[in-house]
Amino acid sequence: MESIRKKAKELLEKNAVQVIIGYGEGLDKSVSAIFVRKPENAETLIFDDRCVHNLAVYLLKNEIKALGKPCIIAHLAALRTILQLASEHQITEDDVLVLGVTHKGELMEFAGFKDIEKYIASANIDISENEKEIINKLEAMTREERWQFWVEHLSLKCIKCYACRAACPLCYCSRCQVEYNQPQWITVEATPVGIIEWHITRAMHIAGRCVSCGECYRACPMNIPINLLNYLTVLTIKEKFNVSAGTSADLDSVMSSFKSDDKENFIKQS
Amino acid sequence: MNIEKKILKYSSLEELVLKLNRDGKQVFAPVKKDNIVDFAPVSGLYEMAEDYIVTVQSAKFVVFPNVETLFEIETSKDKITLKDKDFNSIPEIILLGTRPCDAAGFNILNAMFGGDYQDTIYSARLDKTTLVSISCNKSDAKCFCTSVNGNPGATAGSDILLTRIDNNDFLAEIVTEKGKAIVSKYPELFETVPEINKDKYMADVPVEFNLNGISEKIYSRFDSDIWLEQSLRCIGCGTCAFICPTCGCFDIQDAYDGYSGQRKRSWDSCGFSLFTLHASGHNPRNVQSQRWRQRIMHKFVYLPEQQNLLGCVGCGRCSRSCSANMNLKELLIHLKNVIENE
Repeated sequence: MESIRKKAKELLEKNAVQVIIGYGEGLDKSVSAIFVRKPENAETLIFDDRCVHNLAVYLLKNEIKALGKPCIIAHLAALRTILQLASEHQITEDDVLVLGVTHKGELMEFAGFKDIEKYIASANIDISENEKEIINKLEAMTREERWQFWVEHLSLKCIKCYACRAACPLCYCSRCQVEYNQPQWITVEATPVGIIEWHITRAMHIAGRCVSCGECYRACPMNIPINLLNYLTVLTIKEKFNVSAGTSADLDSVMSSFKSDDKENFIKQS
Repeated sequence: MNIEKKILKYSSLEELVLKLNRDGKQVFAPVKKDNIVDFAPVSGLYEMAEDYIVTVQSAKFVVFPNVETLFEIETSKDKITLKDKDFNSIPEIILLGTRPCDAAGFNILNAMFGGDYQDTIYSARLDKTTLVSISCNKSDAKCFCTSVNGNPGATAGSDILLTRIDNNDFLAEIVTEKGKAIVSKYPELFETVPEINKDKYMADVPVEFNLNGISEKIYSRFDSDIWLEQSLRCIGCGTCAFICPTCGCFDIQDAYDGYSGQRKRSWDSCGFSLFTLHASGHNPRNVQSQRWRQRIMHKFVYLPEQQNLLGCVGCGRCSRSCSANMNLKELLIHLKNVIENE
């Protein structure tokens, strides 16, 4: 924690960056993102087990961009998000200074995105045992049972507050598909159809891009394990295309790129 | 007003839930499922969660559902027929286990939906709703009802307010005619009571700030940087508005296939970028800080001005569910401090 504060203070003092995107604590000791702009406030930065939010969601927010060049305190999932955002040409090495932080709170400085790639290649990017267990259960289900699982979790619980979308650092469209209303592509109301349409659309839009940070699940007020739906796409894409999002700053989009040596025959010219 | 008091034994409350169900009422109570406590229909008291501060969602859904069909549309070759909502289809609902803050929230929604324009569907639902609230014997760090004119044992908005006075007994305060109707329908369940002071059973919710009389001062900071400062971390989802007991904004959509359909209204949030987007493409609230300002202004300036009501009941739901930790109590204390120290 001290090393984070010291580095942040130093960066702000020499004006290498104008804002540190990190974690802080409120009056009731609850944790939130803070945006430190003065060296003397660097001591309000914290890092411990409670600092789980993926702060990369703030990198593309206009109000944050307006503060100047940021330095972001990035845990593993945020580091992966940063690489994926770079792959999608949303950020460059010049836009942001990345300070990695291990789960023990140790500070990591990187020479560039390539350096982050090396670290991620050596890190464990697996989901938790608990999540694996649920995934295994889901995969063992018949198609009908799996549909029922999602209907129960989504149609009966989702209130369509779009917290999943807002918390997702890769849901950065300035106008989401659901907000196009002439014509209205996706049913607005939180009816079973409107809910399922929304979640399937979102899962497809982030398929091959999701870095499984779990932020959508953490943000959901109704505790819907929506991250599992996305994780199933992560597993499928790993299996079919051998690609994991957020491992390189230079990945083609799996779902929207074509390669002449594609292993599927149907896509090739006969 | 002198509120009649009775004793309702735990076993009598169990019986009351059974009898209400038997008599065709839907009883909703806080139920714990998938690690959250939320209102759900219960057929017996055993289904009700024991240990909760407040439910995740507010109770507003009974009068202002997430999706409401306003009317139905049928078209034929030469005719368009509009079919009004069938009010008989609206169920009689007993809300059990609402908190005094939830009940206070209804008074604010009533002012919104029963103000200049009388919303007939809202009123019809309200007429068929009875609140049997339970006062709070504990609170958490997000609660601040006492700072916004409420308290853990307030009766306002409830039809009956129950207070757990020991393992076996509730003190029942019969607040309204609807409350009296329940007592007179099931008189065998309610017993007479010696004078009881309920204060000692109440959670201690310290008054941490007081916004009375500073509405104009908040409004005069319309162009202040404070809104940007406070909302930098807001991610712009609709959770706070959707689960709020007093947020009543909605969107109206037609679901129409060319032959028949419905006009529906559903919850909306001033936190969404689309909320104020004009057809021209102009958006008067283009950034999140302006939307956050609107949220605070509506509750703490506009509603006090228009309805003489503070638009927040201090339930703390928005703070508990916000993934970005937009902690309302803390942000209001900050706002007040900034204003007073300027």
